Amino acid sequence: MSETQTETQAETQTETQTATTAEREAALGGIGCDKRRKEDARFIRGQGNFVDDIKMPKMVFGDFVRSPHAHARIKSIDKEKALAVPGVIAVLTADDLRPLNLHWMPTLAGDRQAVLADEKVHFQNQEVAFVIAEDRYAASDGIQLVEVDYEELPVLIDPKKALDDDAPILREDVKDKDEVGQGPRRHPNHIFNWQSGDKDATDKAFDGAAVTVKEEMFYQRVHPSPLETCGCVASMDAVSGRLTLYGTFQAPHVVRTVVSLISGLAESNIRVVSPDVGGGFGNKVGPYPGYVCSVVGSIVLGRPVKWIESRIDNISTTAFARDYHMSCELAADKDGRITGLRANVLADHGAFNSHAQPMKWPAGFFNIVTGSYDIPTAHVTVDGVYTNKAPGGVAYRCSFRVTEAAYLIERMLDVLAQKLGIDKAEIRLRNFIKAEQFPYQSCLGWEYDSGDYTTALKQAMKAVGYEELRKEQAEKRARGELMGIGIATFTEIVGAGPSRNCDILGIKMFESCEIRVHPTGSAIARIGTKSTGQGHETTYAQIIASEIGIPSDLITVEEGDTDVGPYGLGTYGSRSTPVGAAAAARAGRKIRDKARKIAAHMLEVSESDLEWDVDRFTVKGVPDLSAAMKDIAMAAYSNLPEGLEHGLEVVDYYDPPNMTYPFGAYICVVDIDRHTGEISVRKFYALDDCGTRINPMIIEGQVHGGLTEAFAIAMGQEIVFDEIGNVLGASLLDYFLPTAVETPHWETDHTVTPSPHHPIGAKGVGESPNVGGVPAFSNAVVDAFAHLDVTHMPMPHTAWRVWQTCHDLGIDK
Amino acid sequence: MAKTEIKLTVNGEEVAGTVEPRTLLIHFLREQLNLTGAHIGCETSHCGACTVDLNGKSVKSCTVFAVQADGGELLTVEGLAQGGELHPLQAAFAEDHGLQCGFCTPGMLIRAQRLLRENPDPSEAEIRWGISGNLCRCTGYQNIVKAIRNAAQVMRQKEAAE
Ligand code: FES
Ligand code: FES
Repeated sequence: MSETQTETQAETQTETQTATTAEREAALGGIGCDKRRKEDARFIRGQGNFVDDIKMPKMVFGDFVRSPHAHARIKSIDKEKALAVPGVIAVLTADDLRPLNLHWMPTLAGDRQAVLADEKVHFQNQEVAFVIAEDRYAASDGIQLVEVDYEELPVLIDPKKALDDDAPILREDVKDKDEVGQGPRRHPNHIFNWQSGDKDATDKAFDGAAVTVKEEMFYQRVHPSPLETCGCVASMDAVSGRLTLYGTFQAPHVVRTVVSLISGLAESNIRVVSPDVGGGFGNKVGPYPGYVCSVVGSIVLGRPVKWIESRIDNISTTAFARDYHMSCELAADKDGRITGLRANVLADHGAFNSHAQPMKWPAGFFNIVTGSYDIPTAHVTVDGVYTNKAPGGVAYRCSFRVTEAAYLIERMLDVLAQKLGIDKAEIRLRNFIKAEQFPYQSCLGWEYDSGDYTTALKQAMKAVGYEELRKEQAEKRARGELMGIGIATFTEIVGAGPSRNCDILGIKMFESCEIRVHPTGSAIARIGTKSTGQGHETTYAQIIASEIGIPSDLITVEEGDTDVGPYGLGTYGSRSTPVGAAAAARAGRKIRDKARKIAAHMLEVSESDLEWDVDRFTVKGVPDLSAAMKDIAMAAYSNLPEGLEHGLEVVDYYDPPNMTYPFGAYICVVDIDRHTGEISVRKFYALDDCGTRINPMIIEGQVHGGLTEAFAIAMGQEIVFDEIGNVLGASLLDYFLPTAVETPHWETDHTVTPSPHHPIGAKGVGESPNVGGVPAFSNAVVDAFAHLDVTHMPMPHTAWRVWQTCHDLGIDK
Repeated sequence: MAKTEIKLTVNGEEVAGTVEPRTLLIHFLREQLNLTGAHIGCETSHCGACTVDLNGKSVKSCTVFAVQADGGELLTVEGLAQGGELHPLQAAFAEDHGLQCGFCTPGMLIRAQRLLRENPDPSEAEIRWGISGNLCRCTGYQNIVKAIRNAAQVMRQKEAAE
């Protein structure tokens, strides 16, 4: 055989090899493909199993008597008439829970929250009594007839007055404590003071600055409002002493621990199940009084108790978000290079400190506030205070307080640009952390894993035709028309988190995955997170498929049942991909490690002679000699080398070495009618970089959804109170959830900068669009007025408010 | 409270039940008939999660009394697939990623089938307007609109072939 012939043969062989490799890869349905979702089969048939779909023999229904007042002393509660209503079984009050010590419950932030109002109510619609009845109609009849006598107290609504000497003291139960779980405090209405950065260095940067800007911004109180409200079914089996709690939980394992801590039941006697959950967005992380009352009701009655929130209960009592009064200053040189940042925040936490953050972070990761910019010095303070409003402070589709931080810095960049007369894209390009600076140490203590902000923004500018848009804007301005271009080049910090600084109730924020490969070559995987619509049954299967070479169609993913899956901290703060997917990939690799041993035995070679090839091990240099994963699976149960245990199963607990830092470049173009204040979103372009892309179709869907929630927040959502603490607008008549008509069309794009420390390089994406979307909208609206010297306009940008701006400027006629 | 007997056709089958005059249709469906496809998202007729088809019209079953459906003809998401075959809308929602958490999906599908009966070839704007009584918190609507357009096309082709 001549040399040429050999070469040709070798080439042909490689080609066939490549072709089959590609085919085998495609057959896996692994990372990177637009796999259609496994979960859809049940949802499109109406066969989902949501908590309110659960029906159990002898199940009863509980609901709350709620306070009409924001601050009042309870003088008496009369249950008589309610108990006489046919079908009403019991009425629980704080006095009934007191002997069990369940009238208060610990919050995830180290404070405590009344389960049922104990002597006082602290916000409107607070839970006062729990009526249990045969059905929801009887429960609601009973609620009407519980008579509560209140003595109204002075109400504190404005957080800026919370620390005044003459402010009414809200939390008498903790008024003498010098801390309520998050460090020293200085007033009975003060919760914590949190600081980050170097104050002196920052002061110095400001003293010597060529230019400084300052702006006050209020990020209004909003609510995540998933389409399904919160609820549960508690079922105590009196014979076995086992409690099963079904509920809308984003973090079922944590709920089990909390239930154990407050009920005294052993965790082994508690099973917590999150069935299908109709959206979470941060609303379904913390524990709520409804869960506790249902559990108590079930223990007392020996019957399953169901509690389902109404929409008004949902918006007015469980888990608001934001409510940050922020003041920010930037110092810069004459070219707009930022030399210092100072931010002071007053955080309205409502009546109980029930925000859901990792415990050491009373203001979440707000110190990501330096954003995508190379800012040498900064100092940040956040003070939390009590007011007569519902408790919460959750991360509404964002990692803890990141959206507040991103909004602040992205708005401030625009304020600085306007002051200096520099283009708003240009000021970003001048201040970006450069690609070669990664890993980047921020002055507020974070180590950014990877990024390429300049490329992202330039790609975005090109895609939208940025220069032409600015030209058009100038022409329109000359004609008196209002057009705005908003840019947001945000960086997120997600994937809580590393055990050195992230825990909940002392439990480190790891994630877990168990994989069992069955003899005939399929597998089941269980993860400690919980999908609330993200499609984990599909995406985790894709990741594992790529790792273990078994088609994703043959991998069943289970989550949300504490009896079944390993302990995990749940889904929020975009942590499923950074932490859960990492555990899944690593568990897959452990499976592969054992599979390699078995393959070596099957092929009678040493392990080091083997190489992994999509779905099999082949002998190096002898590609025809291989053991496919399917056969290895059978061998694991039938033909093992000596010294190896039977079976092919592993569990991995993953403690992330760092957070991940997804980023993006968003550009929004709006046209505003100066006569009516109406805004029309002409264009919204979103470039996201979430590292390795597991399922582009699902990523795009997440981006669409997150942008729509950003649109809602920027343009219409706000929970408002009157001066005596009435919630104005907690129904969907007033609280803005956009319909398909208002919702803009979204254009999506991406760059890929993998995370260097994540097993598959993925960063998480579900929350980026909300974090980056809000400032993009807001910047576009303000930009429309920039030539009229407007530097800031408060959200939400409703037509009425925008018209007011036009009117004040005298341009509405 | 006095109870009333009602009879109606649900997904092609005759059913009967005894309800209080105040019983809402959504509760009758979910709790008595165990048809839990339609969901409750607000009980104030804003979200559309409870949408069903009553006598040829989309209705929000949280604001219809069960007694008002007496003698009526009702279609719910459970009745969309025929003979084990998915309705083109169901297939398109899965194909075009028109759902995430799936909570709005049953109401959205039932609304969309009525929309397409009334207008077999709707424009994007007509679809957006046509589903504006149904809220979705997850998808941002874009893929729902796409799914409805694609399903409409499939249905028109089927129609033409028949
Ligand atoms: S539950 Fe009927 S419209 Fe919302
Ligand atoms: S898919 Fe979740 S509300 Fe529509």
